[in-house]
Amino acid sequence: MKKYEKIIAPLLAILLGILIGTILLVFSGKSPIYMFSTLIKSVIGYDILKPGPINLRYFGEFLVFSMPIILTGLSVGFAYRTGLFNIGGEGQVLVGSAASTAAALLLPMSGVPHLIACLLAGALAGAIWAFIPGILQVKKNINVVVTAIMLNYVGLHFSNWVVQQMPTFAKAKTDYFPVSLKSPFLASITNNSRLHWGIIVVLVALVIYHVLIEKTSFGYSLRATGFNREGARYAGMKVDRNVVYAMMISGAMAGLAGAIITLGTFGYGRQLGASEGYGFDGIAVALVGGCNSIGIFLAGLLFGALKVAQPAMQALQIPKDIATIISACIILFVSMQYGIMDVVYKVVGRFKKKDEVVTKDGGEA
Amino acid sequence: MNYAIEMLNITKDFPGIRANDNVTLQVKDRSIHALLGENGAGKSTLMSILFGLYQPTEGCIKIRGKEVKITDPNVANELGIGMVHQHFKLVECFTVTENIVLGMEPHKNGVLDLKSAAKKIKELSEMYGLNVDPDSLISEISVGMQQRVEILKMLYRNADILIFDEPTAVLTPQEITELISIMKNLVNEGKTILLITHKLKEIKAVADECTVLRRGKYIGTINVAEATEKQMAEMMVGREVNFSVAKEEAKPGDVVLSISHLNVKNNKGLLGVKDFSLDVRAGEIVGLAGIDGNGQTELVHALTGLCKIESGTVTLNGNDITNYSIKKRIEEGLGHIPEDRHKHGLVLDFTLEENFAIHAYNVEPFAKNGFLNKAEITKNAERLIEQFDVRSGQGAKTITRSMSGGNQQKAIIAREIDRSPELLLVVQPTRGLDVGAIEYIHKRIVEERDKNKAVLLVSLELDEILNLSDRVAVIFNGELTGVVDRKNTDENELGLMMAGSKKEVN
Ligand SMILES: Nc1ncnc2c1ncn2[C@@H]1O[C@H](COP(=O)(O)OP(=O)(O)OP(=O)(O)O)[C@@H](O)[C@H]1O
Ligand SMILES: [Mg+2]
Repeated sequence: MKKYEKIIAPLLAILLGILIGTILLVFSGKSPIYMFSTLIKSVIGYDILKPGPINLRYFGEFLVFSMPIILTGLSVGFAYRTGLFNIGGEGQVLVGSAASTAAALLLPMSGVPHLIACLLAGALAGAIWAFIPGILQVKKNINVVVTAIMLNYVGLHFSNWVVQQMPTFAKAKTDYFPVSLKSPFLASITNNSRLHWGIIVVLVALVIYHVLIEKTSFGYSLRATGFNREGARYAGMKVDRNVVYAMMISGAMAGLAGAIITLGTFGYGRQLGASEGYGFDGIAVALVGGCNSIGIFLAGLLFGALKVAQPAMQALQIPKDIATIISACIILFVSMQYGIMDVVYKVVGRFKKKDEVVTKDGGEA
Repeated sequence: MNYAIEMLNITKDFPGIRANDNVTLQVKDRSIHALLGENGAGKSTLMSILFGLYQPTEGCIKIRGKEVKITDPNVANELGIGMVHQHFKLVECFTVTENIVLGMEPHKNGVLDLKSAAKKIKELSEMYGLNVDPDSLISEISVGMQQRVEILKMLYRNADILIFDEPTAVLTPQEITELISIMKNLVNEGKTILLITHKLKEIKAVADECTVLRRGKYIGTINVAEATEKQMAEMMVGREVNFSVAKEEAKPGDVVLSISHLNVKNNKGLLGVKDFSLDVRAGEIVGLAGIDGNGQTELVHALTGLCKIESGTVTLNGNDITNYSIKKRIEEGLGHIPEDRHKHGLVLDFTLEENFAIHAYNVEPFAKNGFLNKAEITKNAERLIEQFDVRSGQGAKTITRSMSGGNQQKAIIAREIDRSPELLLVVQPTRGLDVGAIEYIHKRIVEERDKNKAVLLVSLELDEILNLSDRVAVIFNGELTGVVDRKNTDENELGLMMAGSKKEVN
């Protein structure tokens, strides 16, 4: 696909998704105006129906929801660029949470070094959790998808068990940590939202992702592996090693997502009844974001908005499933982007001569 | 005059390049019309326009005198136009019948009815002498057979204008002969054929007329019977072409590659290479001749490390490399122009410059401290593009997938020859190249030899083997049938050896 198509196609997908959500809402007898006003209010804190001052707490909460799914989006995107589908983000997020909980409560440290150790513990746990499917794929030829899905369940129960072992565990949670990413400063400028320093982690991860993939020779060999594994092997690249490394880096990003949720949004360890879907959100984010860092950042914000608006919608008796339906439609349409562009060209072609696309299966020889 | 196809004043622009520039092509009904031109001249583009894959920027198309707009391949189908692409579009795990009916599955009361389809396919196959079994799986039949399935696919859809884009590039000499007679059959039954090929011999053998393109422009149309191969070559390249390489006597030095008692399994788990021994010295070109599928691929993959060696040893400059990784072999001085350019030779979604850096992406000058040095990568690409005349729309930044097939091949050759490895393993190097490019590539291979490098050339084309080699080794059924001096052998002797008759190793 051409550069501008890579931007237009997802935008169209998003518009179509929202359009379908709107139509469904109309059919269910609700006014779509409320849906849009809630969405806008959830993002920037301004109610277009009841004009008043902007409440930045909404904006802060919107970021709180977006941050982890940007990280899981980076996680899925990184694996995908190497030709791997890391569907194990769920489990990697959870073990990342548990590891940072343990590190926060058990490490005899304090201050910023302790905080960094907690983040690293989360990243490491995610990396290890993703190492397992990676190494099984390489050594035993067991598909990463299968192993990673299974490890999602193992991850849930294992991380609950870890949290339960914490000395201060009671009533499904631990005591507050001695350190956290919570930020009175960020809270104060966003009218007491839960916005926390995890945002720095997210920004750093975005930069690392971009530099690693686009600028380094390691990233070059990962991309080569992703595009053409046999070709990379022929060129002497260590394809198997690349697969394992890519899975581990991908897992580390997901683990970091778990760490910032635990250390920033909550500040204490939690026992969970079920996974919270951050890993799966990451798949959508990476897909819509085209697996590049800016795209993932923007797509993370989009899905963050849809996620954060759900409770508010429900309060207005708009079924929160509408947000889910919109997300699902966007994913669907992004997967159909070649077809969508085809339709666009057919329509546009009536007015203007068609511009050429690099054929999908390419050089015929 | 009765024209089946008229493409009038066709112009087609791609980003950075005019692939067709005011081209006119007129094809007489019930004839075989060849399309000849250098790599990147715009042949495939012109045919893709006819088949509805691209829309022309300017120009019009008439089919049997009627002006038409071919907006997509379905329209082409309705107009009776079919195309065999060089890379077949078949589903490996489906049968021949299932592949042929795909998209227009016959049914009886809503239930898939493959029986009647299979019957029709069998009839068609017999009528044109194609010999295809409708029930075999695609994955189990040879490339030549797969091509016939593509032909049947067109016939099943009642196409009467058939486009073949370099059909012979993937075929063995034996299969080429058969394809030629199939094409003649087709024309006798009333079909019209458009044929792209770089092999002038084939044009002489089947075509009635030939249209020549050069750098997107129409040069002329000739009556094939009245033209010589030399004339056609000159017309297409714009200068005189030497078909044989001028080279001095070889001065072989030390043994560079030594293969001894090598056994390699093929993908069916049987021995594909059996007890194979051969030496290649510095300063000589050894040709490996053989009919396709006699162990050449396994041998090459074993030498390069792409597949495992069962037993035996391989040494390179005296070092035992039998168990070396691919990377280490490359570092020891092995260069490889692979047989399958899309699978091994290139990362199609990379830019041309990225592909040029594929072996050395992590060392200076292309990388420093783990970071890519894009300026150096671009500089290197621009040098190779210039030297080897690799043509594309956007130079070093072109996505390799959008390049013409021949130029993709030139890119691989440029990259490997430029490294000037101690041992150059060359497999089918000139597949899909135009005669001008072949001349240049052959010259460069001989230059490598004269720089005292060792060259092992694997080719299915005896002409190429005889043209380049100093010694010729012949492989049959995975075993070495013999090694002969180029000077003391000829096509006939090699032909016999390729069929398995032994010759004392000298
Ligand atoms: N889809 C595309 N996008 C951009 N450029 C293209 C595309 N297809 C072809 N080109 C360019 O157009 C030119 C003509 O290409 P084409 O494939 O028609 O050549 P060809 O005559 O078939 O050559 P060959 O003998 O090597 O197959 C080439 O320079 C190629 O890079
Ligand atoms: Mg071509």
